[in-house]
Amino acid sequence: MTNMDPKGLTRQPPKRLHAETQAVYPRAVDGRFRRLKWAVMTFCLAVYYITPWLRWHRGPYSPDQAVLIDLEHRRFYMFAIEIWPQEFYFVAGLLIMAGIGLFLVTSAVGRAWCGYACPQTVWTDLFQHVDRLIDGDRNAQMKLAKAPWGPAKIARRLGKWSIYLLISISTGGAWIFYFADAPTLAREFVTLQAPSIAYSTVFVLTVTTMWFGGFMREQVCIYMCPWPRIQSAMLDEKSLLVTYKDWRGEPRGKKSPTGAPLGDCIDCGLCAAVCPTGIDIREGPQIGCITCALCIDACDGVMAKTGRPRGLIDYVTLEDAAREINGQSATPHWKLIWHARTLIYLGIWSAIGAALLFALGTRQHISIAVSKDRNPPYMILSSGEIRNAYAVRWKNMEARPRKMQLVLDGPAGARMWSEDMAKDMAARDLTRIIPADTTSPLRIYVTAPAGTHEGKLSFTLRALDQDGGQVSYDTRFDAPEDEH
Amino acid sequence: MSAPENEKTGPRIDEPTGTSTMGHEWDGIEELNTPLPTWWLYTFYACIVFAIGYCVVYPAIPGIKEGSHGTFGWTSRGQLASEMDAAKAARAPVLAALDATPIADLPKNPELLAKAVAGGKAAFKVNCVPCHGSGAAGSIGYPNLNDDDWLWGGTLTDIQTTLEHGIRQPGDDATRTSMMPSFGRDGILKPADVQDVVSYVRQISGQEPGNASAQRGAALFAANCVACHGADGKGNRMFGAPNLTDKVWLYGGSRTALTETVTNAHAGVMPAWGNRLSPATIKMLAAYVHSLGGGEAFAAPAAAPAAETATSTGQ
Ligand code: SF4
Ligand code: SF4
Repeated sequence: MTNMDPKGLTRQPPKRLHAETQAVYPRAVDGRFRRLKWAVMTFCLAVYYITPWLRWHRGPYSPDQAVLIDLEHRRFYMFAIEIWPQEFYFVAGLLIMAGIGLFLVTSAVGRAWCGYACPQTVWTDLFQHVDRLIDGDRNAQMKLAKAPWGPAKIARRLGKWSIYLLISISTGGAWIFYFADAPTLAREFVTLQAPSIAYSTVFVLTVTTMWFGGFMREQVCIYMCPWPRIQSAMLDEKSLLVTYKDWRGEPRGKKSPTGAPLGDCIDCGLCAAVCPTGIDIREGPQIGCITCALCIDACDGVMAKTGRPRGLIDYVTLEDAAREINGQSATPHWKLIWHARTLIYLGIWSAIGAALLFALGTRQHISIAVSKDRNPPYMILSSGEIRNAYAVRWKNMEARPRKMQLVLDGPAGARMWSEDMAKDMAARDLTRIIPADTTSPLRIYVTAPAGTHEGKLSFTLRALDQDGGQVSYDTRFDAPEDEH
Repeated sequence: MSAPENEKTGPRIDEPTGTSTMGHEWDGIEELNTPLPTWWLYTFYACIVFAIGYCVVYPAIPGIKEGSHGTFGWTSRGQLASEMDAAKAARAPVLAALDATPIADLPKNPELLAKAVAGGKAAFKVNCVPCHGSGAAGSIGYPNLNDDDWLWGGTLTDIQTTLEHGIRQPGDDATRTSMMPSFGRDGILKPADVQDVVSYVRQISGQEPGNASAQRGAALFAANCVACHGADGKGNRMFGAPNLTDKVWLYGGSRTALTETVTNAHAGVMPAWGNRLSPATIKMLAAYVHSLGGGEAFAAPAAAPAAETATSTGQ
């Protein structure tokens, strides 16, 4: 090795296997994308905080919270939709739509999710505004970070962290309201009567919000989040990316020492200073870029001041970049959005949506499940009749009691009675009123005359009101085999 | 080749990793000086502190005769016992209610009845399944408890009595004892007569058409069997005499099986559970057996027309 001294000893600073974390102090910036980011942030936070408090009247038998995940009673309420556990495919469908929705957005406008709507981005942005509010903008923050600890710095830090904590607690606090009646839970929560799971959830979410949003920030995006990897694999030459147009900006500089013509970039470094993940976009596309477009705002401001056209940093597709380098004019953005991949994703996404809506519109609000007794499979009564027993579960999925009729279709002469009535009232149908939102178990005995053979048997459940609806369940009737 | 150690400058620094070596070397292999991460060390210290605390609080240190007891005297046995006590305490109100309710009144309290049936189901699994089968369907010689044929009666009270006193239990005055003679073995009937009686019984149970043998059997039946089985062969629950005209046979209704029964008679037994189980458990068992579909005299809620009853239990 060349750098060894003659004794074979080397004295070198140890090589680290990872880069030291660089604190990021993004500078405040104003511009159209910044304002869009404000709007998206306000909207997302509003949805997050307000949703559990919306009311939705469902009649006397169901909760009146518009969006409620009622784990205790295993129901999921979303406005007019009520989902039972066995209908979880609706939720699965929504999750798939959310997933494909991400693909769709990525194929249309690149990593817009990362830059605008991702909770990590929203909360990090919020915390960075707190920094500016307490410590001042970029330079003041950097100065304070270097300053030795003293009463003033401690006071500022404590003040800032208290605001962090406040935001974090309200973040964790809002989450639990999705799982129980919000006003009731809020009252219980402050009077210390809420279930312990509520407190532990708030605690965990407070800690993670504080830690992820307040301290880890871009580290989460760059090192922890798998999504940038997946997303960068989904980008192609038709995807919109935040791009520094080096063909226009280079060679950069304030004043050319040689007098040779310079590009548009005056090397003011503003684009890097405003970047919330602390990268310099002029080095080309990189995984740390969440495409928040704040550098576009910053550079557009600089271009305006120096009297050059905006868009030195801009949303560009690689395909369009090639056109621009060749001196052709840029394609309008709306055209860039509509390409084959976007349309295919949109197609799949809407197909799933349509299928879910169809299933939602046509689903039955009653259901029946039957399990036949197998031990013993049949019973011979003293009269020679053959009896089978069934556990029948009637289900009323509406928020009102409904009158329902159970009808037997089976061997000739078969009749049924239930555990709650006398055997001599056995008949081919039974009527009961099933309370709102309930599954009613009922044990049903069916007898058929001596000599009946085994065969099919089915129960049909009918709702006896104007809305109607009927469902059937096929099972079997067992009988002894003929002795001959 | 390993770099010779230079005493003045300390151990060598490894080029690719930039870490100093420990300064020793075996067969050309050196050890890097990579101290344990601080978090690891502190976790380790914390474990030691925890372990000491654990040894103080819980039984942990073995001794010659017995180990340390720990400051709280905790044992897994004690924990089990307290959990069992808690479970018992949770059941206590139901058991007390069962003790206070005469079994015939159980249907008036559907909630208690449901609990009794559930408890009876569990007790059945423990005590009754070996003979009556897990589905209570019995087998030859062991009554099927699902059907509607009862030797000693099928009301809640009848079943309770049978359970309490058992069948043919010596020393229990109230035990159920039926006494069919061994007609063939004891020479009361000649083998040919036995066949005639069997023919008659198969005729009245609808298994064979009447014939001369059955006709002779009818006379023998009148002379020997009516005292217990009744003139029409419908049996008598007072003596536990089975109904011979129905389709349910405890020991089989074929000619061979009936011949065996009439020749040697059968004397099945059942333990008197009153000696072994608490009255509440017996009530629960009776309620469960009664609920299997053959229980008698329980037309209770059917008074409400089958129509408008709302049936519901939670989910
Ligand atoms: S903000 Fe624009 S002009 Fe300033 S350094 Fe960045 S690219 Fe160059
Ligand atoms: S490089 Fe620009 S778009 Fe990318 S994260 Fe930084 S400021 Fe946002």
